[in-house]
Amino acid sequence: MLRLLDQRARSLGRALVAVLMVVITVSGAYGVEPDEVLKDQALEQRARSLSAELRCLVCQNQSIDESNAPLARDLRLLVRERLKAGESDSEIRDYVVDRYGEFVLLSPRLGWQTLLLWFAPVLLLAGAFWLVRGLWRRPDVATAGGGGTPLSEAEAARVRELVGKGRRDGTEV
Amino acid sequence: MITEIGHFALVLALALALVQMVLPVLGARRGDVAMMQVGEPAAVAQFAMVSVAFAALTYAYVVSDFSVKNVFENSHSAKPMIYKVTGVWGNHEGSMLLWLLMLTGFGAAVAVFGRALPDRMRANVLGVQASIAVAFGLFIILTSNPFLRLTPAPFDGQGLNPILQDPALAIHPPFLYAGYVGFSVAFSFAVAALIEGQTTAAWARWVRPWTLAAWMCLTVGIALGSWWAYYELGWGGWWFWDPVENASFMPWLAGTALLHSAIVMEKREALKVWTILLAILTFSLSLLGAFLVRSGVLSSVHAFAVDPERGVFILAIMVVFVGGSLALFAARMGALRQGGLFAPISREGSLVVNNVLLTTSCATVLIGTLYPLVLESLSGTKFSVGPPYFNATFVPLMIPLLMALPLGPALAWKRGDLAAAMQRLLASMILGLIAIVAAFAVLYRGPWLAPFAMGLGVWVMAAAVQELLVRSRFGEIGWRAAWARLKGMPSSAHGTAIAHFGVGLMVVGIAGVSGYKLEDTRAMTAKSSVSFAGYDITFEGVAPAKGPNYTERQGVFRVRDAAGGRVVTTLRPSQRVYRASRQTTTEAGIMATALGDLYLVLGEAKDNGSYTVKLYFHPLVRFIWIGAFIMFVGGLLSLSDRRLRIGAPRRARRREEKDAAVA
Repeated sequence: MLRLLDQRARSLGRALVAVLMVVITVSGAYGVEPDEVLKDQALEQRARSLSAELRCLVCQNQSIDESNAPLARDLRLLVRERLKAGESDSEIRDYVVDRYGEFVLLSPRLGWQTLLLWFAPVLLLAGAFWLVRGLWRRPDVATAGGGGTPLSEAEAARVRELVGKGRRDGTEV
Repeated sequence: MITEIGHFALVLALALALVQMVLPVLGARRGDVAMMQVGEPAAVAQFAMVSVAFAALTYAYVVSDFSVKNVFENSHSAKPMIYKVTGVWGNHEGSMLLWLLMLTGFGAAVAVFGRALPDRMRANVLGVQASIAVAFGLFIILTSNPFLRLTPAPFDGQGLNPILQDPALAIHPPFLYAGYVGFSVAFSFAVAALIEGQTTAAWARWVRPWTLAAWMCLTVGIALGSWWAYYELGWGGWWFWDPVENASFMPWLAGTALLHSAIVMEKREALKVWTILLAILTFSLSLLGAFLVRSGVLSSVHAFAVDPERGVFILAIMVVFVGGSLALFAARMGALRQGGLFAPISREGSLVVNNVLLTTSCATVLIGTLYPLVLESLSGTKFSVGPPYFNATFVPLMIPLLMALPLGPALAWKRGDLAAAMQRLLASMILGLIAIVAAFAVLYRGPWLAPFAMGLGVWVMAAAVQELLVRSRFGEIGWRAAWARLKGMPSSAHGTAIAHFGVGLMVVGIAGVSGYKLEDTRAMTAKSSVSFAGYDITFEGVAPAKGPNYTERQGVFRVRDAAGGRVVTTLRPSQRVYRASRQTTTEAGIMATALGDLYLVLGEAKDNGSYTVKLYFHPLVRFIWIGAFIMFVGGLLSLSDRRLRIGAPRRARRREEKDAAVA
């Protein structure tokens, strides 16, 4: 019985550790080391923005730019090597993906598998407005207010005056 | 002994919840008043029992009773007392008990403050609320019982994860859970309305204060988490689009939409069906959040398979409640009478736009969070959906929302005049434009979006103030009379303005820190200096220091004003090692100024005796959390107004008469 309990505790512990890994690998992270920084500022800037798009594969949801894991450092150096060799951003991205798979990109590329992901916001927004459309009265119907004749300017002014008097702060809340 | 009392009280609470789940609902069905009246005492007693259980567990932590397995696994005798107490919810079992405590607390509050509700409504609400408590009570007792004993008792505990030993993170979960669980009340009201098959404008008035209270807690909870991440994780990030963060952000977005749609339902009897659906969805997202965080499915689909028991249980809870309520919704939707149509340009029209944009952004976050999980389990391909995706999709949805936000309160109900509203807020619009130009001119760097976002934030803030001034007619009538009008306004109007002001402030902070952050990385030897962001910073060296349960290596940095040479402060960023677990944490050295934070991090020691030092300047970053706190205050004011109207109608009437006399 005791051993069973112990086993259970251990497997629970493992699960908890897996969850806590999120926090643990994130802690103590500070990314780029001084010896990595490129002299060419424009190139370094490109290196930084590229690094921010690449996932640190041994961390939990961190880019290599933020992580101090050795693997992240290797990748940062790799990116900088390639930049110095004069490769374009997309060439470097392709190279890294060839080595580590699509998983390494924090922002997945548009493909048939990610089509829904990228177009979802637009589709949802369009769908939402389409649904709401049924709720909206056309402005002319709204102003007609059930078919009566509209007020004359003098009548409208009188109404404003009367309504204005009755309310405490001049507005509805 | 006390632990056993706690255990027993927990089981008793479950039994009470079972009674409360069945009898009042049955009574409402049969029109049996006696059965319906079981709900209130049951709800209060249930809360009392869970409180006893929670107190018992807290006691075990305080006296470090390591014969309790949960205490052994998550505490240590050398831990400071405050973290012994907060350690109660610093682990899975304890945090679920906290969740149940909040859940039953909200249930008891409905029983106590809901006396004005119609009998059948109250009975049904309490019944539904109890059914949620049954589900989570069973979950705790069957899979996550914190009261299990160990024999023989170990000498000392394994210690709390050092990352959790922090004041902000200690109070972060209670707020977050109060938010998550508070939405259960809106859910219970929605399901009760569906059981009854009718809703009225009064329903929205009942639900609003509960939703508001939950929303306020969630706002503070998320902000605390963000603040903690900022100073603790070591590079000053404040939001990561991490799935765990998204799990709390989704109910917040849906809850914000719910708050606004309930206004339309209350004032115009429109959007009834939608508001009910939103109440269900908001709590469903809270449950989804609990599932994502508690099941371990996030770290990978496979981690879920390692220990599926809890995950499957929460998944079952989710399926039953989300599926059940949505099925009920589908069945009864036809019976709910839809409210009238309305013009797009009107107060209610603007609130619909708010709802469209908030729910779309919520759905976007949901899709982004779940897409990799779904794709991996369907096709086996591993994809990442990270910050670049969320920034590219979420931010564009927020821009129109913020542009339109100030116009909403300026439009009249039923039929608004957009041109007049814009004219009314012209000064604010000009201020916003000035902010854009100024940000471009003064800073002259950073992404193009940053000045624009800065202007948006200023526009939202200025318009919130101007809206109040225009309404109380400052400048038109004498300032004394205008002041009297301002004071005489319902406090929900103040609350709206203040909360919106907080949103604007937060946007300015986000724009500042995202667009204009300065950063540098140096290898520094002792006594060397660096000039950074208008400061001369001298590294004096590294000194060892000792805390109650950790040792640390502090870097001592003298910060001088670059212009005057005066010493401004001494910052001591450090690397901590916790004795019990041998884990290390990074503590940043932060100096807060009016313009932003100077933020230093001490890195690894190099072979040549130098240290890696990271220097950051985070402009306006504090506005983010101050903004969230102001939103909380706005909610509080709005809540005080509600209580006057609902709790004490007579007093409110007298006040109104007095106000009328003043005006």
